[in-house]
Amino acid sequence: MPATAPAIAIRRDIPDPPVIEIQNLSMRFGDHQVLRDISLVLPAGQTLVVIGESGCGKTVLLKAMNGLLRPTLGEVRFEGIPLARMNDHELARIRTRYGFVFQGAALFDSLTIADNIAFPLREHTRLSAAEISDIVESLLGEVGLPQSVATMKPMQLSGGMRKRAGLARALALDPHLILYDEPTTGLDPIMSDVINELILRARSRDGVTSVVVTHDMHTARKVADVILMLYPLSRLPPGEPQVIFQGTPHELDNSSDPRIRQFIEGQAGTRLSELKDEQARDQAQATPPTPEHSQHTEDET
Amino acid sequence: MLDRVAGVGDVAIFSLKTVGWIFARRQRRDVLLPSFYQIGVLSLPVVALTGLFIGMVLAVQSYSQFRAMGLQTRLGAVINLSLVRELGPVLAATMLAGRVGSAMAAELGTMRVTEQIDAMESMGANPIYYLVVPRFLGCLILIPTLTVMADFMGVLGGYLYSHLLLGIDYHHYWTNSREYVDAFDFLMGIFKTFFFGAAIALVSCHRGFNCDPGAEGVGRAATNAFVHSFMLILVLDLFLGIGLDNLQDIFHPEGPRKLL
Repeated sequence: MPATAPAIAIRRDIPDPPVIEIQNLSMRFGDHQVLRDISLVLPAGQTLVVIGESGCGKTVLLKAMNGLLRPTLGEVRFEGIPLARMNDHELARIRTRYGFVFQGAALFDSLTIADNIAFPLREHTRLSAAEISDIVESLLGEVGLPQSVATMKPMQLSGGMRKRAGLARALALDPHLILYDEPTTGLDPIMSDVINELILRARSRDGVTSVVVTHDMHTARKVADVILMLYPLSRLPPGEPQVIFQGTPHELDNSSDPRIRQFIEGQAGTRLSELKDEQARDQAQATPPTPEHSQHTEDET
Repeated sequence: MLDRVAGVGDVAIFSLKTVGWIFARRQRRDVLLPSFYQIGVLSLPVVALTGLFIGMVLAVQSYSQFRAMGLQTRLGAVINLSLVRELGPVLAATMLAGRVGSAMAAELGTMRVTEQIDAMESMGANPIYYLVVPRFLGCLILIPTLTVMADFMGVLGGYLYSHLLLGIDYHHYWTNSREYVDAFDFLMGIFKTFFFGAAIALVSCHRGFNCDPGAEGVGRAATNAFVHSFMLILVLDLFLGIGLDNLQDIFHPEGPRKLL
């Protein structure tokens, strides 16, 4: 493992430290703990795939990586700089080195596709309108979208096209790190693989580092250098680590842990009866648990 | 209780950030103008129409009372005074809260739920600068103009009804109006609307930004935006009314003008 970066990191031109370094991260929303004691180091150029069941905290982990969510405990460093110590202005500047592909693409409804892709360029660069439109054109080509969609609104596009437009927007500022939240969810198998190819292609740009959150094993096997598997805290015995696997796709396939085998083979196993037991237990309790989560936990899938 | 206090604090921080961003960065025309069009131009017809009717309703309601006292010629004074001091500003604010406030909450709420606000933040753009400031400035700058429209249409409606249907003499109606309504009354009405406009924009945008997930959350944000801003409008109206009345006493120490 690379040495820990100095506590007060100085901006360097050559990013020596790992792109992302997470130390003992815990996330809690009200009474609901989502992540417990997660640590990881992501060196430049690698693709990390985070897998796990719905509700195990994958998206929360992703949003903690670019400071959209602030850690309850622990620290997240980007290129050696702790995110928690930054003010809004510094955080905004550092985020230009991130690309974030959201689950539902999260394109701005009120803007055309071209304006969506141009948004980060207009916000952070002083390029002329002509230069911006050239970049938009080449980005559309890169994600395989026809130039005719440039003037359309996001709602006029299919799910797959929106995802690709979202990827084009994330690539606009030549990010060092691209975060993908469930990039293939809700797409047909062919379009899913197109997205996988695009993730691989985006990665080949100057050794971009990527983090992909998914529960699609096909994507995980295809794009991952390293796979990290999270287990839902609600079903984890106290004291056991929440990261139940960390290794290459090959090691994942050879794992003998029944929890991992169940996930990668997609078997319900005893899960249905467990769900029924949980339901019975909830009903038996005099006070039903209050769903007092922040909206981010409920968004989390 | 603690949640309420925290909620008020949250709105206060939100408001301070909004005001901060007005001065922190130059506002962009292409962001401001659509929002101004939506808030000002598109609200004009509905404000004009309700203004016209409220003027006529005032005429209907006051007429029988004043006639019983033989004071029907003073009708112009009471209609126009209530209009420019109270009804015009409150009516314009209510229409703005209903038409624009809940729409803003629903729009921003949908953006929150579909992660568009997160997306903006993740691109290093400030959502308050892009989404709240234009709406805030739109409400703040345009609500006085809408109030002028409501006042004008109300005065017109009250006069038309009084003159054409109740047969009140043109000369008496306007002479009395001129005697009892002065610039202070009109300006006091306009002054209050700045507070109403700011309250509508901040409450509605804050509701949208803190929207709960799903269609239900968006619906609740839109309803709450209207209910909360309407309550705030009435509370502000009361306290501003008391304050401005005291101020008027300083300028007119002889006391309020009497109708009788």
